[in-house]
Amino acid sequence: MDWMAWTLPTALFFGTIAAILAGMTVWELRSPCIERKGFLPISTTRGDRLFIGLLGSAYLHLLVVGTTDWSVWIASVLSLFWLFAVMRWG
Amino acid sequence: MKVYNNKAWWLVLPVFLLVAFSAIVPMMTVVNYSVQDIFDHSTRYFVGVDWYKQVLQDTRLHDSLLRQFIYSGCVLLIEIPLGIAIALTMPTKGRWASLVLIVMAIPLLIPWNVVGTIWQIFGRADIGLMGWALNSLGISYNYASNTSDAWVTVLIMDVWHWTSLVALLCYSGLRAIPDVYYQAARIDRASAWAVFRHIQLPKLKSVLLIAVMLRFMDSFMIYTEPFVLTGGGPGNATTFLSQTLTQMAIGQFDLGPAAAFSLVYFLIILLVSWLFYTAMTHNDKTR
Repeated sequence: MDWMAWTLPTALFFGTIAAILAGMTVWELRSPCIERKGFLPISTTRGDRLFIGLLGSAYLHLLVVGTTDWSVWIASVLSLFWLFAVMRWG
Repeated sequence: MKVYNNKAWWLVLPVFLLVAFSAIVPMMTVVNYSVQDIFDHSTRYFVGVDWYKQVLQDTRLHDSLLRQFIYSGCVLLIEIPLGIAIALTMPTKGRWASLVLIVMAIPLLIPWNVVGTIWQIFGRADIGLMGWALNSLGISYNYASNTSDAWVTVLIMDVWHWTSLVALLCYSGLRAIPDVYYQAARIDRASAWAVFRHIQLPKLKSVLLIAVMLRFMDSFMIYTEPFVLTGGGPGNATTFLSQTLTQMAIGQFDLGPAAAFSLVYFLIILLVSWLFYTAMTHNDKTR
């Protein structure tokens, strides 16, 4: 695995993504979701909302890193709020 | 909603493992590279988001990105209407239908580097038919030194190579329209334009979305053809994103910035593909 040049932050990042996906799978098996419409312009499933939340978070990080001098942690905190909002009301 | 059986998911496992080794593991490696300054196999330093900051503020990459969007936009604006027009004029039955289908498929079978070489020679003023003919007609044409000529040549080359794909997709879409629609149009004495506007175009919507998505993704990742034809020149006039990225990763061996930029590149393609996918599935749901 050394050839993959792992670092602790990236390992934690991918570990978190894997844990979220595993958690979502278990959640789906226990309680299958029903497509619904929230503030997003399309009706979405739980998995759709997770994808939109994660993709939006990635762009939010790029926006903060590319256009401001803010710490990347601010982008991460904003992303958590965004992800929560999309999952809950999206 | 009751789920009866989830065992079929195990059938997806071989594909998942294949994708993991061919795409997920390499992408994870790229993410790891993008946060480090790598000198050699054992000497590397964590730099956080520094490479992202650098590439997002790099004007060379901004220019490449702008060129790439203009290029993909031009490709779509030319190839989609032209593909539809060709599909509408293609014969539907008889031996001509088969012949035209074969002729249309030929450009799609030619490898990218060969297409680049064909057009590189075709456009040359000394030995190329197109370059020689244009210059003989008094039109100053030189794709190696004139930016506009280089752009026009790269675009025409792409149109020549890929319009067939759009045409063949549209042709199959047109053939799938039941004849009763045309019968109804004839009863109403609908004009050819009305038939196209109210029958053919709406029925082609799904096929066109696939065509637009394929052509966008492919043109957005274009590398070989312009590289062989113009080498990215004159200057950087036809240097598109993938060529800039290759120069950065292999030419300069700046693995960290190249990894960071390839992830930005990936996110752009992921977003656009998702938008098209959503539009397509939404279209299916509303039928």
